[in-house]
Amino acid sequence: MGNVVQSEARGAVRFSSVEVCGNMAGLELLSDQGYRLDGRKATELRKVQARMGVFAQADGSAYLEQGNTKALAVVYGPHEMRGSRSRTRHDQAVINCQYSMATFSTAERKRRPHGDRKSTEMSLHLKQTFEAAVMTQLYPRSQIDIYVKILQSDGGNYSVCVNAATLAVIDAGIPMRDYVCACTVGFVDETPLADLCYAEESGGVSSLALALLPRGGQIALLQMDARLHQDHLETLIEAAMTACKGVSKVLDEVVRQHLQESSVLSGE
Amino acid sequence: MATVQVSEAEKVYILHGIRDDLRVDGRGCEDYRHMEIETDVVSNTDGSAKVTLGHTAVLVGIKAEIGKPRPMVPKEGYLEFFVDCSANATPEFEGRGGEELGTELSNTLYKVFNNKKSVDLRSLCISAGEHCWVLYVDVLLLQCDGNLYDAISIAIKAALFNTKIPRVHISSDDEGGKEIELSDDPYDCMRLNVENVPCIVTLCKVGHRYVVDATLQEKACSVASLIISVTHKGTVTCMRKVGGGSLDPESVYEMTEAGKRVGKTLHAPLMKLLQEEESLGTKRQKVGFLG
Repeated sequence: MGNVVQSEARGAVRFSSVEVCGNMAGLELLSDQGYRLDGRKATELRKVQARMGVFAQADGSAYLEQGNTKALAVVYGPHEMRGSRSRTRHDQAVINCQYSMATFSTAERKRRPHGDRKSTEMSLHLKQTFEAAVMTQLYPRSQIDIYVKILQSDGGNYSVCVNAATLAVIDAGIPMRDYVCACTVGFVDETPLADLCYAEESGGVSSLALALLPRGGQIALLQMDARLHQDHLETLIEAAMTACKGVSKVLDEVVRQHLQESSVLSGE
Repeated sequence: MATVQVSEAEKVYILHGIRDDLRVDGRGCEDYRHMEIETDVVSNTDGSAKVTLGHTAVLVGIKAEIGKPRPMVPKEGYLEFFVDCSANATPEFEGRGGEELGTELSNTLYKVFNNKKSVDLRSLCISAGEHCWVLYVDVLLLQCDGNLYDAISIAIKAALFNTKIPRVHISSDDEGGKEIELSDDPYDCMRLNVENVPCIVTLCKVGHRYVVDATLQEKACSVASLIISVTHKGTVTCMRKVGGGSLDPESVYEMTEAGKRVGKTLHAPLMKLLQEEESLGTKRQKVGFLG
């Protein structure tokens, strides 16, 4: 695996060297002209394509592609609590999330679609993210289920899930405080890179995942597990927030388009 | 299967309709719902297909990996099936809820597809007794509205047609061991002959008549179903009765004949569609879920 080594000389000079995975030796994550492995610039997002209302049987559904990462989100609810009645909250709805990956989604076939530690952790993160955004106090004693499935994985899994789930929740008609937009950013050569792909994530970049409610600038989830110098943290968060605001514009466009199409079909 | 509640009055209505060859959505007893098939939807698999049959949606991805052949048949490769009943289909499948159905489906798929009459397993052999191709067929159930077996079998046939297995050649290296080299050209690949791959037809007995392609509501009114896998020549390769009710032998013969008839007519349009899609090549606009 790659390592990020940062060393600091006295004063302001800092440099980092990045070693990439063995089979990609020699590939630079950020070239001198400022181009990344897939030809994007440092702050450029991948192409986002999305569609709402993919499945008729679910209460809300959405499909979102960000570059080569594809996710399908489905929302059921709000409905009566299933399973343990003891978890019912008298003043708000309970949000139940499940994150799973298709067995053919990764380059190496995954044996178990869900139930492993990473999927459980992701499910909890999604739950935390949406509890911050969904107006749960409008539906006491009920449950909202959000199921996200990754069909193809090429980096930024969490962010794509959150974006897809936002659209699905909107499609289900569940009120939210704001869109929830997420983006994974990394830090290479003193430059923040927005929207990492798998090659960059596994190349040892310190990556930070951020879920944002764009209008108020409120952060719903912030996660980073790599080494990063304290002074770079603010730049990285700023870059993540800008990227998320970019994503929110795209999601807004998708929602308006869908609304226009639906109202044309119903003859309004 | 995802359950749907049907009242007694609804059951009687459906029964009477089927008795007169008129189902709730206007179909005849042997008509399929609107079917949409698309191949090559997931790019990091060796073959994939998405089938939508009414409200039932199934996605199949095939990955080819090199493995060791089974000891009893050293000159053949094999297929491995895994059916994932995802929570997307219904909240009942959350966590381990979908495992039971998934196991039942994959066991039937093994019986139907993993034999040398359906797929030419010899072509999957690389070197006898040591290396062979193993095709991992992963079925993802996205939406469930009855008739899962049919949709899954059509999707598997389409995905097998779409599968591109890279060509390998064996060379012996210095120590006398065998080395497998994949060819450098990404378009140099082997395709499978799917002519003999069967399609599954499910017939549900509702009242005194049987229906093909039952929705969940019709399934709730039926007591027993017959699953038949039929090849393009009309040969029955596998048969199974499912459900808690019992069938009398007359019905079984009738349903088998009907299944053969319906199954035979599935293959020709399917192959035609797949050939058309294939002939468009790279110019084809991939729609996937965005359409």
